[in-house]
Amino acid sequence: MTLTAPGQAAADAAAVLPGAVRGRGPWRLAWERLRRDPVAIASAATILLIAAAAVAAPAIAHAVGHGPDDQYHDIGLTTAGLPVGPSRQFLLGTDNLGRDLLVRIVYGARISLLVGVVATLLATVAGVVVGLLAGYLGGLVDLVLARFMDMVLSFPYLLLAIALVSVFGPSLTITVLVIAFFSWAAIGRVVRGQTLSIREKEYVEASWSVGSGAPRVMFVEILPNLLAPVLVLATLLVPTAIVFEATLSFLGLGVVPPTPTWGGMLSDSLNFYQVAWWFPLFPGLALLATTLAFNLLGDSVRDALDPTAGRAVAGKDR
Amino acid sequence: MAQRASGSGEVLLRLENVVKHFPVGHGIFPGRDTDAVRAVDGVSLEVHRGETLGLVGETGCGKSTLARCATRLHTLTAGRVIFDGHDISTLSRRQLRPYRRELQMIFQDPYGSLNPHRRVGSIIGDPLAVHGIAEGAARKRQVQELMELVGLNPEHYNRFPAEFSGGQRQRVGVARALALRPKLIVCDEPVSALDVSIRAQIINLLADLQQELDLTYVFISHDLSVVRQVSDRVAVMYLGRLAELAPAAELYRRPRHPYVAALLSAVPVPDPDLAERRERIILAGDVPSPINPPAGCRFHPRCPKARQRCVDEQPPLVPRGGDGADHPTACHFPLEPGDDLAHAHAGGDLPRMARSNP
Amino acid sequence: MLRFLARRLFFGLLVLWTVSGAVFVLFFVAPHDPARLIAGRLATPQTLALVNHRLGLDRPLPEQYASFMGRLLHGDLGYSYYSSAPVRELLASRLPVTASLALGAAALWLLVGVGVGVAAARRPRSLVDRGGTVLVLAGLSMPTFLVGLLLIYFLFFRLHLLGFDLFPAGGYVPLTQDPAGWAQHLLLPWATLALVTAATYSRLTRGSMLEVLGEDYIRTARSKGLSESRVVYRHGLRSALTPVVTQLGVDLGTLLGGVIVTEQVFGLPGLGQLAWQSVTTQDLPVIMGIVLVASAFIVVANLLVDLGYALLDPRVRPA
Repeated sequence: MTLTAPGQAAADAAAVLPGAVRGRGPWRLAWERLRRDPVAIASAATILLIAAAAVAAPAIAHAVGHGPDDQYHDIGLTTAGLPVGPSRQFLLGTDNLGRDLLVRIVYGARISLLVGVVATLLATVAGVVVGLLAGYLGGLVDLVLARFMDMVLSFPYLLLAIALVSVFGPSLTITVLVIAFFSWAAIGRVVRGQTLSIREKEYVEASWSVGSGAPRVMFVEILPNLLAPVLVLATLLVPTAIVFEATLSFLGLGVVPPTPTWGGMLSDSLNFYQVAWWFPLFPGLALLATTLAFNLLGDSVRDALDPTAGRAVAGKDR
Repeated sequence: MAQRASGSGEVLLRLENVVKHFPVGHGIFPGRDTDAVRAVDGVSLEVHRGETLGLVGETGCGKSTLARCATRLHTLTAGRVIFDGHDISTLSRRQLRPYRRELQMIFQDPYGSLNPHRRVGSIIGDPLAVHGIAEGAARKRQVQELMELVGLNPEHYNRFPAEFSGGQRQRVGVARALALRPKLIVCDEPVSALDVSIRAQIINLLADLQQELDLTYVFISHDLSVVRQVSDRVAVMYLGRLAELAPAAELYRRPRHPYVAALLSAVPVPDPDLAERRERIILAGDVPSPINPPAGCRFHPRCPKARQRCVDEQPPLVPRGGDGADHPTACHFPLEPGDDLAHAHAGGDLPRMARSNP
Repeated sequence: MLRFLARRLFFGLLVLWTVSGAVFVLFFVAPHDPARLIAGRLATPQTLALVNHRLGLDRPLPEQYASFMGRLLHGDLGYSYYSSAPVRELLASRLPVTASLALGAAALWLLVGVGVGVAAARRPRSLVDRGGTVLVLAGLSMPTFLVGLLLIYFLFFRLHLLGFDLFPAGGYVPLTQDPAGWAQHLLLPWATLALVTAATYSRLTRGSMLEVLGEDYIRTARSKGLSESRVVYRHGLRSALTPVVTQLGVDLGTLLGGVIVTEQVFGLPGLGQLAWQSVTTQDLPVIMGIVLVASAFIVVANLLVDLGYALLDPRVRPA
């Protein structure tokens, strides 16, 4: 039998794959797809814009000359005591107490983004850890954790959220924690399912045969395969968290007034929409734009990471 | 590899009556298992240092399960595994870790056995990291040496498995198995998933490495011609038990067990004239389910030489009819020279009712 | 089959018990003082002590829990701290409102969501599909109260200015009293609750249908000569509905949240509004009653969902 020299195989490899092409992993490829997606770019730009506005809120307030809580009864309200529409003084109009709507919206962005992102981060970390442990360890641990996740998912969450908030008093911390608590189980369940199936793969077996212990297998072998779906879920979780916060603020249970929140502004506008269309419109638009951008971005990320998902099989299009 | 003398005689791995059953539960509450898949049902083997022991059998005969029992990736239902004099049958994963340095495995599926999200260099360096042998630049250097050893370009250290062909990925698997300089490597169908033209390369690689690094192999395959090439001794499995064990040349020339003879007659022969003249032994029926195997000798429902004793009594694996101690067969009525199985019918002399068919 | 149902029922009761326990513990862990809320801010300490004693709030915790559970098992949910009315009556009077709202909305979102999803799946990448996708994404991003606000503004206010009073923006008319009025007053609330959820369902159905329609057995059905609609509805939809049913189970759980908000926006005197009131007044018996009702509803809904699975997919049916 002829012996193949060790160099021969390498030469074969060079013939199969052009040597000039540098190794491109799955993440790099996904990033390239994302970069070319116009929807992704537009939504990312929107998010960055809103984030920038939130960060620069004090600067904007200073530039316009109105603080977020300053009430201008003389120039901000009509003689009848109603809000004033968009004008040179108040670019987006005022609210029922004569406060500058633009400034309040920009400050409200801070709350929404902060709560949305932080709550999502907490929920994601908790969900990944619990899902990994449940899926990997199996047995009693899995039984208990999976049932616990099911229970959390089937709680009437808004009701309990209301109860929690009204019992402990409304505050930013409580809001973040409550939202995180009701979101983590969704991620945990998906992570558990994925872990269960990855666990059966041969490369996990190979890792065991080399002597790897549980932590190494979980975090070096399994976790990298989870990052893609978790990233998509997390991106799509942010708008849910933002809407949750807006709802709590709408019901008066979010952050304590007079701190501006989009939900709170919308709640106040309920009684004035007939005479001041700008009052619900602009906070509503801000909320809609933010959540829509995150949803679209999440969709695009999902497409970039797995272009085959959700499409009809090639050739079946009419 | 077939030309080498069969090792120094020192026993490196011994399996004593290994049993592995997988429970198939029906009850709502876990633990109430009614049936079990009897994947491995009492296998005893010895692997000598420096040799290549081939393990052959059809799909579902339990050879992959046996491989995983031998490397303790499964827990044993019963029996013992003794590696290099140490009984590793019931050790926990942590206790097993030092033995993993000496006892490694190469897997079948070049696409499934490498984590698609990890770079090849990292995968090969895994054993070094787990056992704390080398860090950083030193580890990278060792990995690149390994890559060269198995015929891969060390510059491809940072590439992902998807960028390699099937044959190259198997080389990665080999490199990973070699990283800790083990004594014994269990190869679970290492070439079955590769194109025929690539198989020779990998087999040659394994042969070279055995010479260079003084390795011992257990080579598992369903492909008889491949096993014949590489093995010193060959063991044949059927439905969880060993049917026959012999030095390679002797098994292929003078098989004793009817099942082994039938298998060998099915191996394709390159010479068309020879192929035409050869009589195929066609076995009737399918392999029975391992959940409910036949009583006595498991092969009896399909065996042309079956008799009542085959139903009642399980044949032990001992040398038959004048064979040496290195050629045991598990059959009550082994083949004698002159037996013609091609024209016998399945079930042999047994009336239909007497055979215990699942 | 019975065994399966029994197991689910048992688990459901376990959930109920856990939830009630959680609410109970929560109530006592937090700083609270319903007595003060009832007696008013100027009450003297003696009055407060009296109120506390009457409500049984000065007894040790385990005792209170035991007596509560005891009464519960007799079907007695206690009396509201706030209005002294029996909790059971309060719940009973408001249940029809919430039930009308929730069930009507569910029917609406299923019809619209699945319908749009199937239509989009049948013509992938067409105008219907792309238009639907945009609407869906917009809908997904909106909180329920915003939808309600928009509907009120456009369908009530604007039309009202033009002289059409088609869609009332509030109030409830009992079904038994005036079916037409009942439906008319519920139109906007139903739309509010259903629109956002319909978006999720249409997307889910679309994705699921696309996957199913690409399967080989559909191709076989088509080549057998079956009409397209039969292929899609009889063969395809059945398998495609499984994830929809799963989602339904989850959504029935979160429905109460949307109900609370919708009832608030439209001024409907249902359980949602009661929940809101009772939490702000720390009216424990009422809170407990609502939580139990909601959890029971979820348990029953999940059971029905499981039965739905068994109906749709014969493989799932327990032996």
